[in-house]
Amino acid sequence: MNAWTGKVLRVNLTKGLVEVEKLNFDFAKNYIGGRGLGVRYFVNEVSPKVDPLSAENKLIFATGPLTGCMGASTGRYEVVTKSPLTGTIAGSNSGGHFGPELKYAGYDMVIFEGKSPKPVYLSIDDDKVELRSAEELWGKDVPTTTDTIVQATSPSAKVCCIGLAGEKMALLACIMNDKDRAAGRTGLGAVMGSKNLKAIAVHGTGNVIPADAKKALDVTIDVIGKLKAHPVGGTGLPTYGTNILVNIINESGGFPTRNFTDAQFATANKIGGESLADKQLVKKKSCFGCPISCGRVCKVTNEKYAGYGEGPEYESAWSFGGECGVDNLDAVVKANFICNENGLDTISIGSTIGCLMEMYEAGLVKKEDIGFEIGFGDEEAMVKLVSMAANLEGIGKLIAQGSYRLSEKFGDTSYSMSVKKLEMPAYDPRAIQGIGLNYATSNNGAAHVRGYTISPEVLGVPQKIDQFTTEAKEVWVKGFQDLTACIDSSGICLFTTFGLGAPEIADQLAANTGLDYTADSIVAIGERIHNLERLFNLKAGITPADDTLPKRMFELPVITGPAKGNTSKVKEMLPAYYKLRGWGNDGIPSKDKLKELELSEIKFL
Amino acid sequence: MSKKKVLLLQPEKCVDCHNCQLACSLAHEGVFSPTKSCISVLASKLKFSVPLTCLQCKEPACATVCTTGALSKNQETGRVDYDKSKCIGCRLCVAACPFGNISYSTDAGKVYKCDTCDGDPSCAKVCPTGAISWVDENEETLERKKVISEKLLQAFGMEV
Repeated sequence: MNAWTGKVLRVNLTKGLVEVEKLNFDFAKNYIGGRGLGVRYFVNEVSPKVDPLSAENKLIFATGPLTGCMGASTGRYEVVTKSPLTGTIAGSNSGGHFGPELKYAGYDMVIFEGKSPKPVYLSIDDDKVELRSAEELWGKDVPTTTDTIVQATSPSAKVCCIGLAGEKMALLACIMNDKDRAAGRTGLGAVMGSKNLKAIAVHGTGNVIPADAKKALDVTIDVIGKLKAHPVGGTGLPTYGTNILVNIINESGGFPTRNFTDAQFATANKIGGESLADKQLVKKKSCFGCPISCGRVCKVTNEKYAGYGEGPEYESAWSFGGECGVDNLDAVVKANFICNENGLDTISIGSTIGCLMEMYEAGLVKKEDIGFEIGFGDEEAMVKLVSMAANLEGIGKLIAQGSYRLSEKFGDTSYSMSVKKLEMPAYDPRAIQGIGLNYATSNNGAAHVRGYTISPEVLGVPQKIDQFTTEAKEVWVKGFQDLTACIDSSGICLFTTFGLGAPEIADQLAANTGLDYTADSIVAIGERIHNLERLFNLKAGITPADDTLPKRMFELPVITGPAKGNTSKVKEMLPAYYKLRGWGNDGIPSKDKLKELELSEIKFL
Repeated sequence: MSKKKVLLLQPEKCVDCHNCQLACSLAHEGVFSPTKSCISVLASKLKFSVPLTCLQCKEPACATVCTTGALSKNQETGRVDYDKSKCIGCRLCVAACPFGNISYSTDAGKVYKCDTCDGDPSCAKVCPTGAISWVDENEETLERKKVISEKLLQAFGMEV
């Protein structure tokens, strides 16, 4: 077997047992790895009705065949479980160096089941795998946990872990790896915390073996060349990081502002990548195997917000910036650092604070609920609220559960800018119609990284289409959702699509695995994965009525900028999308479609 | 006589992607494995990364201490050559290298040390930022000289 290691670690936390088992190669071939493989295993082993925070839920860390290979951005892994935030199948993808190290240690996946009676962490040192006490680490933040575990294991160990929020099962808790990288969305950290699992440390000295060494080198040189030559993958992202998008999206009129009460932020320029490069940027940083290096190492010297770390990405610059009406970049960077250090989803935390600010201004939340006055544009309050969320103190405890629970507590969920209870990211669906359809239909709630139609709608990649119309948007959304599913499963980064397409991804897979993957076959696999997730969600109790957006997107037109007067047309686009997917009017995959995708035989528990 | 070429390492350009290590282990072992690579990338606490590999010293300490002649300076190519058949695995070379750029693997029964892929280094081909490049010997410091001269221009108040 090439590219895959062929081994899976199964860790029973209840019994404290670790077993090595053979990778189900049939699953691997048909679902590739990462997200697809993780979901296939999950469906096989866990009931869709499972309580996400119970011992019966499982937590899967899955690499792809290309993870740890040479190629374009081969540092990715996916965490798969059932989300306590959304109640859907959940997956979040992360880069850094953790995934490849797991491969070099000899494993494609780690499956956690049960619940440990006491806090533990898993130490993997090639074939020496053991659960160790994490009682001394309990309550510690991400950098401290990481440094302590590296000291106790190997200086080369790569660590993923949760912070306090995860331990306390806060629904916006994420899983951090290599300190600054996050499997950020859908509350995976809470599942890890529910299992009393603080961290995983991995040190690997083994091999990942490509099927054809010459082809593997040739295809690498080809894909790096194509990425470097691309205006986004080769120039935009390396130069300013993802934060280059602030000005671009703001100018397009799709930059959600002050909890989506508008879609253009007058002083957006102050929080963009160009400003970051001028002031806080120390250096650029890549994940493993990545020629793009969109990561930003930053430092804030301003005493009030002093800190050192990575980011903010575009999403975080938006969530703590425009979404809260804040344009002080030092404060935004600080808020991002606090989330990274404590393991919180930056998108959802920022959006939840925006929601709180609006409810406060509307009089639904009182000063005594918070302890001090807040409002849009109040950067000090924003940073303070992030800090309170990180420490789960006062109102922070509620913020860390997300905007849906928070707004529910204060009596009106229409203030929550979320889909399936996951906060919408930094693209306004009233201004960019396709992304709205993707938010509404993505299998883990409002995720931009599950069908990034911003690429054609705003950036013009692979071609420019009109962001304001609904025309053919179902085609783009389906195409991007399916392609993304296969990218998330391969072990490479979604950003490589700024320069590469399905043929290049298939080339990398074929050279390294030796299997005859083609552009068509991998996109078909992506469609299979998307449909399997959909089936799981339907069994889990999610209904097609959940394929929608916050009411505001239909009722409150954009006030400022090119999208002025626009609302979302998701309801008009949805029937065409269902039809194209081969689903009935009820949004349920048809028998024929399931047969075509070889999903007819799937049994749910 | 052809110009001598050297591997130019520029830490200020390194983004910590480790592609060089994968290209190296692929070229020599046919596998992806950073620990079986002749090049390493060290990241400091300040997230500054430094690519390190054999510098092919003019008077190599490793070859000086090598009692069997497994390591020797090749005057023609400028490289420090390694002959596995002569190596007895004593690891004196590992102790002698002042930069830690040579390592010994008990499993493989040999040292890991850059051989510049026989004059066509794979690492330089996949480095996305030019932190590792294969250049003529006399150009080794050209890039940095340019940077300094640009700074001088700025000091004199002139546009670059």
